[in-house]
Amino acid sequence: MSAVIAGHDEHHGHGPEKGILRWIVTTNHKDIGTLYLVTALAMFFVGGAMALVIRAELFEPGLQFVEPQFFNSMVTMHALVMVFGAVMPAFVGLANWMIPVMIGAPDMALPRMNNMSFWMLVAGLLLISSTLFMEGGAPAAGWTFYPPLVLQTGNALPFAVFAVHLLGISSIMGAINIIATIFNMRAPAMTLMKMPLFVWTWMITAFLLIAIMPVFAGAVTMLLTDRFFDTSFFDAAGGGDPVLYQHIFWFFGHPEVYVMILPTFGVASTIIPVFARKPLFGYTSMVFATATIAFLSFIVWSHHMFTVGMPISGELYFMYATMLIAIPTGVKVFNWTATMWKGAMTFETPMLFAIAFVVLFTMGGFTGLMMAIAPTDFQYHDTYFIVAHFHYTLVPASIFILMAATYFWLPKWTGHMYDEKLGKLHFWLSAVSVNILFFPQHFLGLAGMPRRIPDYAVQFADWNMISSIGAFIFGFSQLLFLYIVIKTIRGGTGERVTSEVWEDARKHGLEWTLPSPLPYHTFSTPPTKIPTEHLGGH
Amino acid sequence: MKRTTQLFACLSLMAAGLGTAQAEYALNLMKGVTRVSNDIYDLHMLILWICVFIGIAVFGVMFYSIYFHRKSRGHKAAQFHESTKVEIIWTIIPTVILIGMAIPATKTMLELDDTAEADMSIKVTGWQWKWEYEYLDDDIHFFSSLDEASNKARQLGSGIDPATVPHYLLNVDKPLVIPTKKKIRFLFTAADVLHSWWVPDLGWKKDTIPGFINEAWTYVEKPGTYRGQCAELCGKDHGFMPIVVIAKEQADYDKWVQEQKAAAEAESSAAGREWSKDELIAKGQTVYANNCASCHMANGEGMPGTFPALTGSSVVIGDLDNEVQLVMNGKGMMPAFGQMLSAVDFAAVITFTRNGLGNNVGDVLQPSTVQPLLANSPEDEDEDDEG
Repeated sequence: MSAVIAGHDEHHGHGPEKGILRWIVTTNHKDIGTLYLVTALAMFFVGGAMALVIRAELFEPGLQFVEPQFFNSMVTMHALVMVFGAVMPAFVGLANWMIPVMIGAPDMALPRMNNMSFWMLVAGLLLISSTLFMEGGAPAAGWTFYPPLVLQTGNALPFAVFAVHLLGISSIMGAINIIATIFNMRAPAMTLMKMPLFVWTWMITAFLLIAIMPVFAGAVTMLLTDRFFDTSFFDAAGGGDPVLYQHIFWFFGHPEVYVMILPTFGVASTIIPVFARKPLFGYTSMVFATATIAFLSFIVWSHHMFTVGMPISGELYFMYATMLIAIPTGVKVFNWTATMWKGAMTFETPMLFAIAFVVLFTMGGFTGLMMAIAPTDFQYHDTYFIVAHFHYTLVPASIFILMAATYFWLPKWTGHMYDEKLGKLHFWLSAVSVNILFFPQHFLGLAGMPRRIPDYAVQFADWNMISSIGAFIFGFSQLLFLYIVIKTIRGGTGERVTSEVWEDARKHGLEWTLPSPLPYHTFSTPPTKIPTEHLGGH
Repeated sequence: MKRTTQLFACLSLMAAGLGTAQAEYALNLMKGVTRVSNDIYDLHMLILWICVFIGIAVFGVMFYSIYFHRKSRGHKAAQFHESTKVEIIWTIIPTVILIGMAIPATKTMLELDDTAEADMSIKVTGWQWKWEYEYLDDDIHFFSSLDEASNKARQLGSGIDPATVPHYLLNVDKPLVIPTKKKIRFLFTAADVLHSWWVPDLGWKKDTIPGFINEAWTYVEKPGTYRGQCAELCGKDHGFMPIVVIAKEQADYDKWVQEQKAAAEAESSAAGREWSKDELIAKGQTVYANNCASCHMANGEGMPGTFPALTGSSVVIGDLDNEVQLVMNGKGMMPAFGQMLSAVDFAAVITFTRNGLGNNVGDVLQPSTVQPLLANSPEDEDEDDEG
C-alpha cells in the first residue's frame, strides 16, 4: 500500500511501521479500522459456522449430530460471537475509518486508547472462545445469561464473565473515543447540524454504549458473586429474585440491540442519496428520529419479559412505550423512500444492499410491532417468531448494511474497484437465501415451535428443512464476499478509481474529496468547504 | 429424501394457489380453544393485516420509484429534500393507527390478567426436565415427563425415525387432566431454574420462577387433548419437557379423579409389602430411565465434567444410607428426589443403581424402609410407566 500520494494533501513523511509491528502498535485510525473490520469478518465466519451447526442439527427431526448441551452452547456462543465479535466491531471499524475523514479530522481524538480498545476486544474474544474447550463446555444458558440456569455452567462461567468485562471496557473506550473525536476534532466549518448522518447515528450509539455497558458488567458481576461468594442477588432463598437479573439485563439489552442498528441507519442514509442522485429527504427529522429511538430504547426493556408475571400496569406501560418506537422508525423508512422518490437511481451493489436493507428491516419492524402487543406476545414469546424477527433486524438489516458499506467504501480505502458482476451475484444469492432462511421461521413460531430447542415435533419438519437449506446457501455465499474483498484489496478489476468513485459523490461527503486510496494521513489541515448535499446543497 | 420430495410437491401446490396443505403445514397462529385465545388470534390477525397493508403501500411506492425513477430510463433527479407538512402527516397517521391497535390490545390484556373467581386451582412446578402438577382442591399430585417412546427416539443416533413415534416430543407419561367449562386458575413456580408453561391452544405462556408464584387462568369449552412445550431455555433437556392437557367433561373428569385416588391407595399398600430383589431391579430400571438417565445417561456413565458417572461411583457402591440421603435431598444440580418419587419407586431405583449399570453391591432397599423417610413427600404418586 503506497503512502505516496500526489495532490493537495499535506505530508509529514510518516508512513506506517514496517511489517507486523505496524498492526500491533498502530495508532492510525485507518489501520485500527482495518484491524476491527478484519476481526469482525473473521468472527462473522466463526459465528456463521456455529449457526450452520445449529441449522444442520435442525435440518431433520431427531438428533443427528450434537448432544443437546452442545447445541445450547452453540446457540449461546453464536449469539455472543455475532453480537460482540462481528456486528459491533464491524461498526467500530467503520467508525474508525470514516468518522475522522467525514468530519475533516486528522485522526481519532485518543489514538493510543484506540489501539488499546482494539486489543482488549481481541483478548475478550479469545477468552470467550476458549470456553469452548473447558470442562463442562462453553456457556449454554443463552446469550442473555439468565440465572439460575447460567449458574449451572461448568468452569466456563468466570471466564465468560471476565470476557464480558473486557468486551465492555473495549466498547466503552471505543465509545468515549468516538464522542471525544466528534466533539473536539471537527473541522471548524463542520457544525453539528452539518455532520453526515453516519456520524450523528454513531455519536448517539456511543452515548448508548457508555450508558449500558457498565450495567451489563454489573449484572454479570452479580452472577459471579452469586456463584462464588455466596451472595443471593438472584436467588429467592436468600431474598433475591431471578427476575431482577432480567430487568438489569434488558436495561442493557434493549439499547444494545439498537447499538447494532442505529449506525446502520446512518450508513443507509449515506448510501441511498448517492445512488438516487438526490439529497437525503428530511435530514433534521432523521437526526431527531434517531435520538428519539435511542431515548425510547431505555424505557421499553420489559417488553422482553411480558411473560414473567409483571403487574398489569407494568404490562400495559411497556406495551404502549414499545408501540411508540414504530413512529420514529416509520419516519426513517418514509424518509428513505422519499429520498428515492423522483431520483435518478442506479443499482450498484451498495445500493442493492441498501434497498434490501430498507425493505427487510421494515419487515423486522412489522414483526416487532406485532410483538409489542403484550397479549399476542403471550403466544409469540420465546418461539421461532421472535427468532425470525430479530434475525430480520440483524442479518438483512445490520449485516446487509455492513456489506453495503464495504462495497461503497472499499474502493475508497484500497483505490481498487471491486468486481461489480460478482458483487451483484453476491447480493442476489444473499438476498434470496436470507429470506429462505428466515421467512419460514415466522411460520414455525406461529405454529408453536419454541426457540432454543435441538429437536422438534414432526409437524415442524418441513419449514425447518427449508430454513436450513437457506442457511447453507446464505452461509456459503459469504465465502464469495470474502473472495471479492480479497480480490479487491489485491488489485480488483485493475480499473483505477477516481477520488469520487461514484458519480458526483463529492457533493455527498468529505471522504470523496480525498484521493483514492485514502492517504495514510488525511486532513492534517482541516477542510474549509463542507459538502452539503444532505442539507439540500445550501 | 421422501420428505424433500413431498415438500417440493407441496410448495408447488401452494404456488398454484390451491392452499390445500394448510392443515399439515401450519402457517399461522392457532385459534385455540378458549375465548382469550380467540381474542388473541383476532388481535394477531388485525395487526398482521395492518402491517400487510402498510407494507404494500410503502413497498408499492418504493418499487414504483425503483422502476420508474431510474437513471437508465433517463429520469432526471428532482432536488426536493424536506417538507415539514409531509413529515407531520406521516407522524400523525401512524400514531392514530397505533392508538387503534392499543385499545383492543388493552382489553384483551385486562381479560388475561383476571384470575379472580376461579372454580379450581392447579399448582404447576417446573423441574429440570419435567412438570409437577398439584390439584389444590383435590389432593391429586403427580409428575409429568416426556413419554418413553419419544425419549428413546430422541437420543443422539437412536436410529428411530421420529415420524414413526406418535406425537413425537409432544407426548407425556401422565397428562394434566382438567374439566371443561370451569374457570381454572394455575399457580406457577419452579424448583430449580426458569421454565415457561405454554399450551398454544390456551393462548398464553407463563414463566415459572423458583421462589415466586405466577398466576394465569383458562376456561376450556370443548373436550380434547391440547399439547405444548416448555418455552424458556432450562438446560440441556429444555426441548424434551412437553405438556399435555386433556380437557374432559365434568362427569369424565370426576371419574378420573376417583381413579387417581384409588391408584394412590394401591400405591401406598404396595409400599407395605416385601418386594423381591428382581422385582425391585425391574421396576427400578423404568424409574431410572424416566428420572435419572437424562443426566447420568442410560448406561450410568454420566457426562464428564457435568454429571458424574454412577457405574463404579463411590456413593453408589458405598454405604446405602449415604446414597439414600443424597438421592432423597439432592445436591447441587441433583434434585431432591425424596419430593418426587414414591417409596416403591425410590427403593426400586436405589436397588437398581446398586445392582445394575455395571454395579454389583448385592443389597436391597425395601419400600417399607423408605416409607417413613418420605414423611413429607406426596403419598398419591402414581406409577411412572402408566399412561
